[in-house]
Amino acid sequence: MSRAGKSYHEVMARRNEIMKQSLGLDYSNFESGGLAFDYEAMMSHGGYTLEEVRHIQTETGVGNTPLLELKNLTRAARALAPKGKGARIFIKDESCNPSGSFKDRRASVSCHYAAKKGYKGVVSATSGNYGAAVASQANMRNLRTVIVQEVFDSRGIGQPEIMEKGRKCEAYGAEVLQCTVGPELFYSFLLVLEETGFFNASLYTPFSIAGIETLGTELVEQTRQRTGHAPDAVVITHAGGGNVTGTARGLLKAGAADTLVVGASVDLAGLHMASDVDFNRKSFTTGHTGFGIPFATLPDRADVPRNAARPLRYLDRYVTVSQGEVFCITEALAVLEGLERGPAGNTSLTAAFALAQEMEQDQIIVVQETEYTGAGKHVTAQLTFARENGIEVRLGDPAEQVPGKNIIIPEHPSLIAVKDVDLENLKRSYLRNAMKGQTTAPSETDLAFLAAELRTDVETIGIWLKETKG
Amino acid sequence: MIAAGSWVQIEQTVLRPEERAPQIPEETKKTPLLLWTKGFLKHEARLGDIVEVETIIGRTLQGKLVAFNPPYTHGFGAPIPELLQVGQSFRQLAQPAAKEEEER
Repeated sequence: MSRAGKSYHEVMARRNEIMKQSLGLDYSNFESGGLAFDYEAMMSHGGYTLEEVRHIQTETGVGNTPLLELKNLTRAARALAPKGKGARIFIKDESCNPSGSFKDRRASVSCHYAAKKGYKGVVSATSGNYGAAVASQANMRNLRTVIVQEVFDSRGIGQPEIMEKGRKCEAYGAEVLQCTVGPELFYSFLLVLEETGFFNASLYTPFSIAGIETLGTELVEQTRQRTGHAPDAVVITHAGGGNVTGTARGLLKAGAADTLVVGASVDLAGLHMASDVDFNRKSFTTGHTGFGIPFATLPDRADVPRNAARPLRYLDRYVTVSQGEVFCITEALAVLEGLERGPAGNTSLTAAFALAQEMEQDQIIVVQETEYTGAGKHVTAQLTFARENGIEVRLGDPAEQVPGKNIIIPEHPSLIAVKDVDLENLKRSYLRNAMKGQTTAPSETDLAFLAAELRTDVETIGIWLKETKG
Repeated sequence: MIAAGSWVQIEQTVLRPEERAPQIPEETKKTPLLLWTKGFLKHEARLGDIVEVETIIGRTLQGKLVAFNPPYTHGFGAPIPELLQVGQSFRQLAQPAAKEEEER
């Protein structure tokens, strides 16, 4: 086989071709030539129905995780709430999946598809739990795995959490490529795809999102069984948008159209995700606003031509919490509920603890994930690392936190609160991004697409567009 | 010398500072994009040599030999005294209701 040039620019220029080969999916089939593409047609590609996804996941031990009621945390929330308030808090113990997180759901369909299509292996660019999930699911389907991770700053220092995620991938027999900080990791990723001919098990394919839909449907079924009705609210840790999108689609498929979909991220405002300096000044490597906001307002920045994760289509509310609050709730989950989990996955639980206090006592709020904990991926490991990197860790009021400077553990549970992110602002920001570089006015198809993307009507899109120009 | 067949770590320079993408922050642009991976050393070599390894999935990769069987060093860190009061403060909130429910 003749080998094309391997320089950064040469490889990046071949990205669409590499994508097509590595996904077995030609995204141009869903394009309309303008801004719009046919999202639902893309989502139904591959023809995986919810039942088929369930079957695939049953084959590899994914899903059917327990729904646990957090009685003591509910009691604590009620003690702080106004009289009569304090919803029952439930949590979906996703750490019971084979590799320890809900990410197995995302990996399961991709690995099934890759095996069916005759790929010999799978590649994923991820520093998160997803790497282990891909490697674990790939092993069950007799596929080989390469994981490309962003691990180190230029001093060669890595977050303990990512070091653990790398170790776990190696434990599953994956080849792990560990990079220093920077988005050009994508170039290394493309090179591996091209050299191996493996499947691109991206977090952002329709397969990955279809895999999460079962999480939404399961939690509705389990909540109905336990309480007689669907959840009033579901809180979802939001980073790249897949967790929100897949879960919300699952809720809809289970007929829970009235359930409030709440996204929650850790507030890392002010820290640049591609900065060699900021990289180790954060104690969360996912579930944070550094991914949550850019991916909501420009979803197609992902490692596939069209991102199947489109959170603004589904979010009813989006809140942030601070690093210190999540560490505090992680400790409380262990001590009060006997569940040592997280911490990053407990971002949504932290928000739920505050949100439950706004809700009636007969209402149900469901936190849709936990994740495994262990060396490196633990409150003590991450706070020790933060201190070693000059971050002040202290008790106090988390409202005074400055990401990258301090981590404030709430000195009392009453100080745990959510901050609302203005969704309309995010939608306008999405629109500005979408219109960048557009030389012609959006077509009718484009307008209808934008309205669906931003869960509004064409008229409102028109008003926002005028403001963008103004 | 490190014997052929040893499990080792290699380093590759993916991009030199001047080759880095234009949109990245200045502090990152000053640094090369480096990549590390592990494999079985194909031929006997010294640290610092450019070598070939066979990775665990059987790919052959080239790079600078930087470590022989590097250990995993991440752990649990030290206990965090500030967190130790968290359980108590939540318990104080939850316990009255728990007791009441028990008595009912």
